[in-house]
Amino acid sequence: MTEPDTPIVEMRGISLAFPGVKALQDVDFRLFPGEVHALMGENGAGKSTLIKTLTGVHTPDSGTVQLAGDTVAFAEPAQAQQAGISTVYQEVNLCANLTVAENILLGREPRKRGGIDFKAMRTQAAAVLARIGVHIDPASILDTHPIAVQQLVAIARAIAIDCRVLVLDEPTSSLDAGEVAELFRIMRVLRDEGVAILFVSHFLDQVYEIADRMTVLRNGTLVGEHLTKDLDRRSLISAMIGRELGVLEAIEDASERHKVSGPVLVQAEGLGRRGAIAPFDLDIRAGEVVGLAGLLGSGRTEMARLLFGADKATEGRLLVDGTPLHLRGPRSAIAAGIAFCSEDRKGEGLVADLSIRDNLVLAMQAARGWSRPVPRKLKDQLVEKYLKALDIRPANPDALVRTLSGGNQQKVLLARWLVTEPRLLILDEPTRGIDIGAKAQIQQLVTTLASEGTAVLFISAEMEEVVRIADRIVVLRDRQKIAELDGGSSIDEVVGLIAGEQLPEEVAS
Amino acid sequence: MTALATRLPSRFLPVLATVVLFVLTFGVGSGLYDGFASGQVIANLFIDNAFLIVLAAGMTFVILSGGIDLSVGSVVALSTMVTASGLKDGWPLPLVVIAVLLIGSTLGLLMGLVIHKFDIQPFIVTLAGMFLARGLCFLISVESVSIKDTTFRAIATAVIELPGGVTITYNVIIALVVVAVALYVLHRTRFGRTVYAVGGNEQSALLMGLKTARAKVGVYVISGFCSALAGLLFSLYMLSGYGLHAVGMELEAIAAVVIGGTLLAGGMGYVLGSLTGVLVLGTIQTLISFQGTLSSWWTKIVIGALLLVFIAVQRGLIRPRQTT
Ligand SMILES: Nc1ncnc2c1ncn2[C@@H]1O[C@H](COP(=O)(O)OP(=O)(O)OP(=O)(O)O)[C@@H](O)[C@H]1O
Ligand SMILES: [Mg+2]
Repeated sequence: MTEPDTPIVEMRGISLAFPGVKALQDVDFRLFPGEVHALMGENGAGKSTLIKTLTGVHTPDSGTVQLAGDTVAFAEPAQAQQAGISTVYQEVNLCANLTVAENILLGREPRKRGGIDFKAMRTQAAAVLARIGVHIDPASILDTHPIAVQQLVAIARAIAIDCRVLVLDEPTSSLDAGEVAELFRIMRVLRDEGVAILFVSHFLDQVYEIADRMTVLRNGTLVGEHLTKDLDRRSLISAMIGRELGVLEAIEDASERHKVSGPVLVQAEGLGRRGAIAPFDLDIRAGEVVGLAGLLGSGRTEMARLLFGADKATEGRLLVDGTPLHLRGPRSAIAAGIAFCSEDRKGEGLVADLSIRDNLVLAMQAARGWSRPVPRKLKDQLVEKYLKALDIRPANPDALVRTLSGGNQQKVLLARWLVTEPRLLILDEPTRGIDIGAKAQIQQLVTTLASEGTAVLFISAEMEEVVRIADRIVVLRDRQKIAELDGGSSIDEVVGLIAGEQLPEEVAS
Repeated sequence: MTALATRLPSRFLPVLATVVLFVLTFGVGSGLYDGFASGQVIANLFIDNAFLIVLAAGMTFVILSGGIDLSVGSVVALSTMVTASGLKDGWPLPLVVIAVLLIGSTLGLLMGLVIHKFDIQPFIVTLAGMFLARGLCFLISVESVSIKDTTFRAIATAVIELPGGVTITYNVIIALVVVAVALYVLHRTRFGRTVYAVGGNEQSALLMGLKTARAKVGVYVISGFCSALAGLLFSLYMLSGYGLHAVGMELEAIAAVVIGGTLLAGGMGYVLGSLTGVLVLGTIQTLISFQGTLSSWWTKIVIGALLLVFIAVQRGLIRPRQTT
């Protein structure tokens, strides 16, 4: 790729401090028209903050931002949008109470005689959605759709207007391979039209597939800017974590599969829910890691929700320790020692305005019942333990959850369930939005927990992850359990099953 | 479109519930008392509650945005006071109307700005506004001031004959126009949809690049304007201005909105629901006055019970979100 002459976005010497944290220190960043530029870094490195200083959410303490040669200082996101910067923020930042069409077009909606033209709005929204391969009713309320679809709607909003700069902060965190491929196709089209694209992802495969150039941040400082072809994975990872790659590999080796067979802890007999998942049988033994594999919408989450009692089963029964358990909602599941770390971290789980410690203590207390207070010492011990085990940053238990980076919030959510010391831990996409270092740590944690006797049901769209740590893999397709494989199975085997008769094409990535 | 069929009800259920409640209470009334189910009784519901309909319409904006406005009752009182004393001092009627509407909107604007700029709880700010407006009434006069202006009285007593011998006042027309305008603004304008967006998730709405500040402040201006207009209607109804008029009316307005199915947390609800809410309150009042022996406090008790039930029902309806 030849060096384009002038950058469309040029940020120079950006510094920004939050109380107690220097989120950005003297960071330079530039973005050229017609390139996909990946912003890389660990959780909390400052990626989202840099993006937000560009789009007017935060005002930098020092430094300048130039857009197409003019110095700009946006006071609010609306102004950045007007100047041609379209942004998908990390976490789905849409209004769940409005319709899909409104979420895509509100602020630039078609009008007829002064009022909003809803019919035109629906048609336009459907057209934009179709561009990224989504076919849902634009008049439906956003809330009725799963996170992945909401994420796609957020992307649709960003590309619905002609923009000069498109910013995508972890847009792929909950998408499946097919959807990612579709997104990349659109990104390439836009890039070739001269749009400058800023892309953030913790999936290295994706970054290497799409990015032309990368900027690496570490602890709020700039490490360097490189062309993708000049920076191999090893160098990238060590640039991000500031350590040698060997450390990671050691952790990954430690999370190798192991074989256990404790007593059957949870047993589903013909458990099912009409319209969500066909009746299935499933045994989970103590100390066993069961992986759930399947495409998005194959019923993974539905199966997990049934086991947790978040949805009512219409058929079958669930046995815990051999006795039938009548799940009257999550509360009775928690009481039976079942924990469910859901994929919707924004809607469930965390109280953003409380500190890390308070969030963990709340969970502990809720699990024990209010009549048995948790001793102070135990509290501190557990909080300390999981802050460390998950490498939550800042490692300050009094930091407000709201102020943590996206990935660190995800870790707190996980910790929130771990402190309850469940017997069956259901993890739905636990490593979403988490950097590679932390991912390895979480995998290791899962295997440690299992070796201590906890049963784990592990759901992940990343097949390598499932295959690596699961003792048994349950494969789902079209809301049906279609197979159960042993831990030793290869990715190809799993993918073949998932894809059914079709040959696995893009799914393998 | 099965998706449509299953979706519509859950959004409209609270409002439907209110409509059903209205039909029920009204049915009970007609079953118990002769002459209850007459067109005029229905017309009277509107006549007697025109000001409340206007208040509730304004309040719907505020609550949809996730706020609350406690000042509306006091602003009604202040408006009656300005109207009565202005007319007494010989101001021309149009000037009085303009002054009243300006005062109400300005108060709303000030409260909205304070809420937005200093990020203070709307509850606190409008509580202060409530005391301020009440205080201003007594600054004008501590006595009740009656309205003698002939044009004003003519408008107040003028009736419009509808087919079937039913009569209504101009108040009703104004109230219905307000509801229609509110309906349009909330559903057909960017401002209105932004109000819903802010009520749903303010942070997201901001990141989506919507003009959240305008919506957040705007709803208080609208509520202030509606309160002033309701004050004018109340003056027409009472033909006097008094600092102790409309005590507690803000709570009635809030009750009507909540019974009408609007979520107190914001982001969900309909003006038509609020209108029905007012009608339910009115019907209960009518029922109790038809009964004759029950004290009017029973109205409050019934309203209290209804509120509790509705809030509980809403929670039940909103909670089980469908995520598949
Ligand atoms: N509003 C805030 N108040 C205080 N601290 C904040 C705030 N927002 C971010 N931070 C801190 O700034 C640092 C950078 O956070 P940022 O969200 O930019 O990380 P990130 O690189 O996007 O990480 P991730 O990959 O987890 O999304 C973190 O230490 C975070 O705790
Ligand atoms: Mg981030």
